[in-house]
This record gives sequence, C-alpha cells and structure tokens, in this order.
Amino acid sequence: MSERRLPPVTQMGMLSLALIVAGGIYLAAHLPHQVPLTPAIILLACSALLLAGNLAALSRVKDFAWTRFFEVARWALLAYIVIAGMIEYAFLRDQVSGGALVVLSLSLVVFAVHVPVLIGFTVARYDTGDDPSPDGIHA
Amino acid sequence: MERPDFEIVPRVGLVIVAVVLALLIAAIAVNELWPLAFLHFVGGAAWTIIDLFLGFVLGPILGRLSIPARIELTTRLMPKMVLIMPTVVTVTLAAGWQLGNHLGTVQSSYYLHGWLVASYIVVGIMAVIALGLLEPANIAVLVELKKPRPNPQVIERLMKRFIYTAGATGAMQVATLVIMAKLTVG
Repeated sequence: MSERRLPPVTQMGMLSLALIVAGGIYLAAHLPHQVPLTPAIILLACSALLLAGNLAALSRVKDFAWTRFFEVARWALLAYIVIAGMIEYAFLRDQVSGGALVVLSLSLVVFAVHVPVLIGFTVARYDTGDDPSPDGIHA
Repeated sequence: MERPDFEIVPRVGLVIVAVVLALLIAAIAVNELWPLAFLHFVGGAAWTIIDLFLGFVLGPILGRLSIPARIELTTRLMPKMVLIMPTVVTVTLAAGWQLGNHLGTVQSSYYLHGWLVASYIVVGIMAVIALGLLEPANIAVLVELKKPRPNPQVIERLMKRFIYTAGATGAMQVATLVIMAKLTVG
C-alpha cells in the first residue's frame, strides 16, 4: 500500500494529549495544596502549540480529504464536547476554582479539539477522494 | 465480497449511552458513596475485562479467521466498541475521581497517596493510547468497510493497530489491578 507523505499528526497529537495529562496529574497529585501553576501552564501552552502546529501542518497537505475529515471530526467533536462538559461539571462540583480551574478548563478545550482531529485525520488519510459518504456515520 | 450492512454508530446504543451518562451525572450530583463506588467498580471492571479480552483472546482469534469471517466479526463488533469504550472510560474515571474526593483519598496526606499518583500515571498513559490510536483506528476501519470497494490492506493495518493497542492497554490494566487491589486493602 503506497502512501503519500503526511505530517506526523498522530504522533504530535498523542504528545499533545500526554502533556495535558501530565499537567492534570501535576495539579491532582498536590491536592488540596495550592501549587505553582507555572509547570501546568507551560505544559498546557506546549500542548496547545502542538495542536496549532498539527492543524497548520495538515493544512499544507495537497489534496487532503478535508470533506471526509470534517464529516467525521464534527461528530467526534460533538461527542467530546459532551465528555469534556461532564469532566468540567465534576471540577465545578468539587469546587475547583481560581487558576487551577482555568488551566484545567483550557486543557479540556485542547483535549476536546485534538481527539476529533486525530479521528478525522485517521479516517481522511485513507480517503481516495471518490468514495461516497458512508451511511450510518451520523447519529 | 458481500458485507453485512451496519451503522458505524448504532443509534440504539446512543440511547443506552445517554442513560448511563445520566446516571453518572446524577451520581456526581448526589455525591453518595454507593452510586459512585458502583459506577467506578462496574466501569473499571468492564474497561479492564474488555481490554484484556480484546488484546489477548479475541485479537489472536481474529487474526486466524478467514477474510469473510473477519469482516463479519469486525462489522458486528467494532460499531459497539465505538460506543462502549468511551462510555466505560468516562464513567470509570469521572466516578473514580469523585469517589476519591468523597473518601478523601485524593488528598496528598492520604497514606497511600503514592499508589494513587501511580494510578493517575498508568491511566493517563492508557488514555493517551486509547484516544490517539485505538479510537481513531476503530472509526477508520468502519468507515473503510462502508466504502463500495474497501481496501483490505487499510483494514488489516487499522485492525492490527486496534488489536495491538488494545493488548498494550490490556497489559497496563494489570498494573491498574495491582494498584486498585492495594488501595482497597490498604
């Protein structure tokens, strides 16, 4: 199976997710003490940069199956908005506040965007361009 | 080759998922010990058993099936996995965190705090693998099977990714079992 060269979207995406997870573990491991937010902010910023970089790199790929990408990613985004919303609800229920809440909430935003990007990319990379929309992909 | 018709995301399954997530929200809102423990134990057990079974039992069997049999199993199994895995993971982690808050075990003063942080790391690694590799492969193989002329090499590559990463997360589940047993007995 021959493949054109694609940017390492999956690898960068997994690294981005790992950085978010690391930031969350850093904050969670120190509860209930207030800890310096700087490490968590740095990890979040790096994660967000990787997301932006991934999208930028992907946008430069010639003839990428963007129709298929968005067809899949938008439904995945809906699902992950629901999941992220539930996690956010748990944070609020546990009275997480201040800077920690901001960092965790922004981490959820990166998470909720990046996973659909990975799903959309994995599907679209194998799209030959002349494939019709799959039935049953929508709820 | 004739393929059975299937929905990539089973509509009926969405109703079940909605009910389970509603129960999760209710458990977090009520913040009582029993519902949180129930959801965390059941979700965690389901996640562990499914990962281990997929990776070490079903995976090797799938590799030895004939192509038509493999396709039939894949088209019946994978749509269910699209809904089951994200749901059990979300329930396990959200209920588990809330349970830890309820019991006070997430506090850094908890005497087994080191074990708890170890569980965060193990689960975090599993989550990255599942979100980055497992789930995209799951969706992609179903989309490929829906095409008029699915590429068998693409399907094989994606299914291998799915089974191998399920095995990897399954192996990590063993670490989770060790940690959870320690946290339970003290």
